Amino acid sequence: MTATVGQRPPGTRPAPARRRRSPWTVLRENVVWLVAALALVYLLLPNLVVVLFSFNKPNGRFNYTWQRFSLDAWLHPCAAPGMCESLGLSLKIGVVATVVATLLGTMIAFALARYRFRGRTGSNLLIFLPMATPEVVMGSSLLTLFVSLGIPLGRVTILIAHIMFCLSYVVVTVKARIAGLDPRLEQAAADLYANEWQTFRRITLPLVAPGIAAGALLAFSLSFDDYIITNFNASNASITFPMYVWGAAARGTPVQINVIGTAMFVLAVLAVALGQLAGRRRTGVR
Amino acid sequence: MSGAAGVEGGPRTRTGRRFAGVPYLLLLPGLLWLGVFFVVPMVFLLSQSLQTGTLETGYRLTFHVATYSDALSQFARQFLRSFVYAFLATVLALLIGYPLAYAIALKAGRWKSVLLVMVVAPFFTSFLLRTLAWQTILNSDGLVMRFFRGTHLISLTSALGWTNGNQLLSSPLAVVTGLTYNFLPFMTLPLFASLDRLDPRLLEAAGDLYASPLTAFRRVTLPMSMPGVVGGTLLTFIPAAGDFINSQLLGNPKTAMIGQVIEGYFLRINDYPTAAALSFALMVTILVLVSVYVRRSGTEELV
Repeated sequence: MTATVGQRPPGTRPAPARRRRSPWTVLRENVVWLVAALALVYLLLPNLVVVLFSFNKPNGRFNYTWQRFSLDAWLHPCAAPGMCESLGLSLKIGVVATVVATLLGTMIAFALARYRFRGRTGSNLLIFLPMATPEVVMGSSLLTLFVSLGIPLGRVTILIAHIMFCLSYVVVTVKARIAGLDPRLEQAAADLYANEWQTFRRITLPLVAPGIAAGALLAFSLSFDDYIITNFNASNASITFPMYVWGAAARGTPVQINVIGTAMFVLAVLAVALGQLAGRRRTGVR
Repeated sequence: MSGAAGVEGGPRTRTGRRFAGVPYLLLLPGLLWLGVFFVVPMVFLLSQSLQTGTLETGYRLTFHVATYSDALSQFARQFLRSFVYAFLATVLALLIGYPLAYAIALKAGRWKSVLLVMVVAPFFTSFLLRTLAWQTILNSDGLVMRFFRGTHLISLTSALGWTNGNQLLSSPLAVVTGLTYNFLPFMTLPLFASLDRLDPRLLEAAGDLYASPLTAFRRVTLPMSMPGVVGGTLLTFIPAAGDFINSQLLGNPKTAMIGQVIEGYFLRINDYPTAAALSFALMVTILVLVSVYVRRSGTEELV
């Protein structure tokens, strides 16, 4: 394998010799970066617009063209009628759906990652299917279930739907984390006379915790952001934040929805930054 | 304890002398939830599509299969259009997402995690708000529109039927732009995951064996990233085919997708059998397409 290495002039692939890169390589590397940069602009431009237009003072009912700078919406975030109620409902549903989906999903993840049993393939399929089903289909099928059984639509039906579609994503996220664990750590704990419960609580669970946290965050953002499924299972008395935004798109978009969007964005960026810092410190100590 | 590791060669099992019901107890609540609120509703949906009646007077199961042929012939355009738009968005997302994932996984070095956060960052703002932001970006006073007008690209896209008249909004181009945008992170993340696992020494080895960078990419990088390509295309195509947010907010009546029809027939027209038939047909079509695609690409172990 290594015999040919000496014959080859340096400067073929990765880093080692930077001087003798062919022009083609230089071009190709820059093309990749160019496309990547454009892709990031494409991805982040709407976020920028949302932030920018939270400081706008539109002339009419729609906040689509820039008029002049204003802090009005930030100073009076609840001035848009009904918006803060819808936000509160979305947060409540998001928290409950996240807790239940994370609990149930983590249990499934442990079962699938740690045990061999009959029906494993079927269980995997059942977990996979909701992720491979378009939201309209899930939303409308739940609607036919609720209507056929005479269950009134509202917060409870929204919550049921949210737990259902968040579950699979939690399972996949946590399962990946469990599968990536170094089995020697648990073996070492056992060698040091920890019983199974102690090993689970002191070794396994802390190691899996980042995966569970990631799954919970994913579940919350899926729940908080869902419009399609929610819309099928909601009533006029249970307007979530995405439903409010959807309605606003037809009636007139208050600047306040951009304020909420911006605030969520800033909070999430801060949370990620703190998480990264914490992770860096932990690895730095070792 | 350590002996358990060798039982199957796969992931380590902790069972053995333990109570054999443990995995079932762990699975039960979650799978029950999925069974009652995912599988059972599908049965109700199928049953609904074969019923006749009205919402007021009630429905009776009459196995009226003609609902399917009526609904599908009436909305064949919207049905087909959904799959064409979803296909276009998937191809575009792959073309944009692959270089992005490649740059992050293999070239970013210590900027890797920052760039990854930037890929996920759109999720931090509600997707409806971001889709509405495209109305701002593409509207007739915007920079993009000025560029299209200045370069006369707008006449070209109009001639091709991608836009109508002198505007970008309310057009197929805007809908596909929105769909591609909305699902680009779902394409990029699986691609990144498989490219990130690629051992750089494989590429060095290819170079040592006199493969040009292009050959190395074609013979090593691309095949190794196939699980990411398959995963990403599925995560883009499936939700895009059922989506109606983009076609509603960025399109016009002539860009209506099947999701819009289903939503309208359920929630406004209240013709449940037709809506259920379209919904079930959509589900079956997607499942067939996905299973053919997965089998063809030879990566069945996805989840």
